[in-house]
Amino acid sequence: MFDIDKWQEIIATIKKNKMRTFLTGFSVAWGIFMLMILLGSGNGLSNGVAQNFMRDAVNAMWMWSGRTSIPYQGMKENRQIRFTNSDYDLIKKIPETEFASGRYYISGNRLAYGNEFGEYTAITCHPELKEVESIEMVQGRFINEVDILQTRKSVVLGQDIYDALFKKQEAIGEYIKINNVPFKVVGICREGGGTRHRNAYIPVSTGQKVFNGANRLHNFALTINAQSIEESKAVEEKVRAALARKHKFDPTDRAALGSYNKLENYLQTMRIFQAIKIFIWIIGTGTLIAGVVGVSNIMLIVVKERTKEIGIRKAIGASPSSVVGLILLESILITTVAGYIGLVLGTGLMEGLNFFVEQQYATAAASNNGNGDIIFRNPTVSLNVAATATMLLVIAGAIAGYIPAKRAARIKPIEALRDE
Amino acid sequence: MIRLNNVHKSYGTGSNSLHVLKGINLEIEEGGFVSIMGSSGSGKSTLLNILGILDNYDEGSYYLNGMLVKEMSEKKAAQLRNEMLGFVFQSFNLISFKNAMENVALPLYYQGVSRKKRNKIAHEYLDKLGLLSWAEHMPNELSGGQKQRVAIARSLITQPKIIVADEPTGALDTSTSYEVMEILKEINEDGITVVIVTHEHDIAAMTRQIIRLKDGIISEIIKNGDLKQWKHQYSKELEIA
Repeated sequence: MFDIDKWQEIIATIKKNKMRTFLTGFSVAWGIFMLMILLGSGNGLSNGVAQNFMRDAVNAMWMWSGRTSIPYQGMKENRQIRFTNSDYDLIKKIPETEFASGRYYISGNRLAYGNEFGEYTAITCHPELKEVESIEMVQGRFINEVDILQTRKSVVLGQDIYDALFKKQEAIGEYIKINNVPFKVVGICREGGGTRHRNAYIPVSTGQKVFNGANRLHNFALTINAQSIEESKAVEEKVRAALARKHKFDPTDRAALGSYNKLENYLQTMRIFQAIKIFIWIIGTGTLIAGVVGVSNIMLIVVKERTKEIGIRKAIGASPSSVVGLILLESILITTVAGYIGLVLGTGLMEGLNFFVEQQYATAAASNNGNGDIIFRNPTVSLNVAATATMLLVIAGAIAGYIPAKRAARIKPIEALRDE
Repeated sequence: MIRLNNVHKSYGTGSNSLHVLKGINLEIEEGGFVSIMGSSGSGKSTLLNILGILDNYDEGSYYLNGMLVKEMSEKKAAQLRNEMLGFVFQSFNLISFKNAMENVALPLYYQGVSRKKRNKIAHEYLDKLGLLSWAEHMPNELSGGQKQRVAIARSLITQPKIIVADEPTGALDTSTSYEVMEILKEINEDGITVVIVTHEHDIAAMTRQIIRLKDGIISEIIKNGDLKQWKHQYSKELEIA
C-alpha cells in the first residue's frame, strides 16, 4: 500500500492519461459539489426561517372572546362572553404567564396628521405587548405604565404610518388624530418578523376611556414559560380553565374562547423544515448515486480500454493482485483528490454566498435599525457530512472499479492481447 | 528444457468445440533455436501460447525446465513467466503511454527492482540493441523495427531461459525482419532457447530446427543438418511454382 514505487507507477499512468483522469475526477467532483450546494441551500433556508421565527416570541399565545356554542350549567348556547380588566388581572396572576397584554377593539381607525390621513389599525394595549409581539423601536419609546395609569393620549406609530403621514419629518411630540381625537406621538416602531408596519399602539386604559369601552377587553396576548409543546398546551388549558370558571362556559368551548398558540405553530413549521431536510437528503443521495454510477461507468470503460495493457503486464509477469491493485489504487487516488476538490469548491461557494448574504443582512439591518429581513442565512454544511459524503463516493468508486478490475485480472493474458 | 507429452487443446464448449491441438509430443533442448510453422489454423500460435504459459491446455503434460506446468495458479504462472520466459509479439505489445526505457524496465518492476536500478539496466539493454538514443521516445515515435527491438530488450531484461516469439517479423519489411532475426540468433548464441512461430520460410530457415504443424499434430520435424537440404528443396519448389 505504501510502496513508493507502486505509487510512482500509478502517478505515471495518471499523468499520461489526462482525459480519462479528468472524466473520472469530474464526475466525482461534480457530485460532491452539487451535494454541498444542495445541503447548504437547505440549511440556509431553514436557518433563515428559524431566525425570523425566533425574533417573534415563539412562546406567545393569543386569546379572544366570542359566543358560547355549548350549553353550560343550565345556560343556553350563543351567549356572549365579555372580558373585563379583572380578567387581565386574573391572567397576570397565573404563574406561568410571563407577559400579558389586553386589547379593546376600537372601530373606525382613521389616522390623520395635518392634511395627510389614512385607514390603519389602532391597537389598544398594555406595555407588555412590546415583549409578546417582539416590537422593535425605531425612535422614541413604547407605551409605558404611566400612560396606562394616567390614561394619557400617547400613540406609538408603525413605520409605514409614520412614512405616510409625516414624510420623514420629526414626529415625536407631534399630535395626530385617531377618529378625530388628538394623540401625542411618543415613538415609532416596527413589528418583529413582519414586513408591514401599519399598526398604531395606544394605552388600553385610554382606549377604553376615549372610545366608550368602560372596563371591557376583547382579547389577550401573552407569553408563557414553556419549552415543549406539551407544556405550552398545559398552560393554555390552565388559562382557558380559569377564564371558563369565571365566565361560566365549557372550557372546551372554542367558540366562547378562541386561542392561537404560536409555539405549536412554530413546532409545526419546524416539522415542515424537517421534511424539507429529508427531501434535500433524498435528492442529495440521488446526486451521490449519480456520481457513483458515473464513476462506475468510467471505471468499466477504463478497464475495457486497458485490457490490452493488462494483458501485456500479465505476460511479462504481473500477478492478478498487482493488476487489481494498480487499477483500484488509481481509482481511489483520483476519486479522493477529485472529491476533495469538489468539497473545497462547494464549501468555498457556500462560504462566499454566506459572506454575501451576511453583508446584505448587515446593510438591511443598518437601514432598518438592526432589523434585517432575510430568509437565507448561514448556508453551510457541517464538515462531517461533507467528509462522509466524499468517503462514501471514494468507497463506491473503489467497489465500482474493483469488480471490472478483478474480472480483467482473471482473464488469460492471451485473450487480453488478442483484444486489438 | 521443454517437454510436451500428448498435449490436447480445444476452444469453445459442447458441439461448437474446436479441437486445435490433437496430441503434441515435443522436446526442445536447452539452447535450441526452433521455429514452428504451419498454415493458418494449424495450431501453431496455440502451441506457442501454451509453451509461454499464456494459455492452459486440456490434456497431457508440459514440463518446463523439469517442472510440470499444469493447473497453475495465476500468481505462480505470472511469476514463472516473469522469471523464465521472455515474449516477443507480432504487434510488439509495448505500453503506449510509457517510453522505450520504461517499457523495457517494466518486467523488473514486477520483480521488485528499484526504479533507479531497473532504469539503469534498461539503458544497458537498449544500448545492446542500439537504441540508447531512443530511450526517452514513446512507442508511437519509433519505427516497426525499433519497436520490435524495444520489445526484444524488454524480453531479455529478466535474463530468461526461453524467448517465445509469435510472428516476430510479421509486421516488418524484409530487411528489418532479417535484422530482428540476426538479433534473435545472437541471443540464442548466448545460450537462451528461442522458439518462434512464423509462416515465412526464409525466416524459419534461419533457425536450427523447424517444427511443422498440420491440423493440430506435428507433421514434420526438420533438424539442423537437414535444413540445408530442405532449403534447397524449398527453393526448387519455388522455381516450379
